[in-house]
Amino acid sequence: MTRARAGVGLKPRHYQDVLEGVPETGWFEVHPENYMGDGGPPLAALARVRERFPLSLHGVGLSIGGAGDLDHDHLDRLKALVERFQPELVSEHLAWSTHQGRFFNDLLALPYTDETLDQVGRHVDQVQTHLGRRILIENPATYLRFEESSWTETDFIAELARRTGCGVLLDVNNVFVSCTNHGDDPHDYLSRFPMAPVGEIHLAGHAEDRADDGALLLIDAHDRAVADPVWALYRQALRLGGPKPTLIEWDNDIPDWTTLQAEAARADAILAEFPQPGARHVA
Amino acid sequence: MWPETQSAFAAALLDPGKEIPSGIAGDFGRAAKDRFAVYRNNVIKGLCEALREGFPVVAALVGDEFFDAMASAFVRAMPPASPVLLHYGRGFPDFIAAFEPAAAVPYLADVARLEQARTEAYHAADADPVGIDTLQGLSDERLAGLRLELHPSLRLLASELPVVSIWQAHQGSDPVAGSGLPQTGDCALVLRPGWSVEVRAVAAPVHSFVKALGTGAPLADALERLDRADAPDPSSALVELFGLGAVTGFTDTRIEPKEELPC
Repeated sequence: MTRARAGVGLKPRHYQDVLEGVPETGWFEVHPENYMGDGGPPLAALARVRERFPLSLHGVGLSIGGAGDLDHDHLDRLKALVERFQPELVSEHLAWSTHQGRFFNDLLALPYTDETLDQVGRHVDQVQTHLGRRILIENPATYLRFEESSWTETDFIAELARRTGCGVLLDVNNVFVSCTNHGDDPHDYLSRFPMAPVGEIHLAGHAEDRADDGALLLIDAHDRAVADPVWALYRQALRLGGPKPTLIEWDNDIPDWTTLQAEAARADAILAEFPQPGARHVA
Repeated sequence: MWPETQSAFAAALLDPGKEIPSGIAGDFGRAAKDRFAVYRNNVIKGLCEALREGFPVVAALVGDEFFDAMASAFVRAMPPASPVLLHYGRGFPDFIAAFEPAAAVPYLADVARLEQARTEAYHAADADPVGIDTLQGLSDERLAGLRLELHPSLRLLASELPVVSIWQAHQGSDPVAGSGLPQTGDCALVLRPGWSVEVRAVAAPVHSFVKALGTGAPLADALERLDRADAPDPSSALVELFGLGAVTGFTDTRIEPKEELPC
């Protein structure tokens, strides 16, 4: 890679398109949890994709925001995939998904306090030490806030990156979803976001949930095309931080390959508007 | 403190009867309870979707509404213990068997077992099948003592109901591979020798024969399971088993270890 490109999530329904065609995409991302079987088509497909494309592993199962200890079996499984596939990027979420041996399969919110900053910092340290590499941490989509929070999300992420040396994955759709849900200005949020450690950007579609009284909550559904205000925010992010590898996340109601590729091409066209000084690598 | 708050949060996620944790800001026009409901909904919906992906025929047989109700009940009773959801469906067939509202569909649990077997086969370890020609030249005595190594993806299913036919009826234009062996429709062999998972209806004695091989019985002992009127002749059964790609190697327990077999 000589410049930041758009990539897409690799989905089983597109294996054939990707492996037998000439996909016009810069790179692929997968949830490592979907590749933790013993063998079979998913791992075989990933190996073939990896021969031709840069790869990003985007975890959903480490529960870095949880109060409990990390699941070391899961960390070992992740390490095995990292060693086998040598991804350019490895990322996780500022969220929790497991509690006392129960996995909730969702990225759940945490309060932003000195206590949780210490805890998340320890977890990120442990992951980076175990994997022997830097990881990126993603800003979450949230539907609620905790009264005890004493840090803003942007300051919390900036301090986490400063303490641990981790990178940041800026999910622009999550910025729009969370800010809308909490009555904040997403442009203001972006202007406060730590851009220097950003190593990847996510774009996705969201759903609208309207209460009987008309009050709106946006849901980070990943089930449709990226919304226009999110494209506008994306441009602002690139103006502030420069071009970064950008993923189209489309995980539900997954479209055909052509539609997905067109969405990535749109991100590529925007990336091309920005100069890429010295960029030599996907990361 | 976060550990206490997180415990309350986790407990209320799967139990709508529990109070939501205190300390959630009910700001900007939406009440705290309303906001917490998004997470409750996401968790149940996400796990039900994961189950639906693994059990599409079960879902088609009972309809989406019934499936969602049954899957939600399973999720609340047995939430996943691992962030790797590939194996989450393992407990679902037994849950369906004991799920009273599904009692009117007696074959539902066995269809679920067949779909679970397919999922397990899909993610099982890879191995290269060997052809039956690798047995050429072995004496009858050595053949009798062989222990066949079966493909890691091989799964067997025996049902009192015609689950393979029921499953097949929901496969659109992608029918089950035909078998030259007598079929009763109540036993299935599931295998993924290459890229795709194959489901094959087999006669009960063939099921019994392959099951014996899977437990490490010497070939002669396993072939005794075919000593029945409704069974195919042993050589056809063996040819078909190798032809499917179900055999990945063999060991001979009756000879000196130094006499290695060409496998």
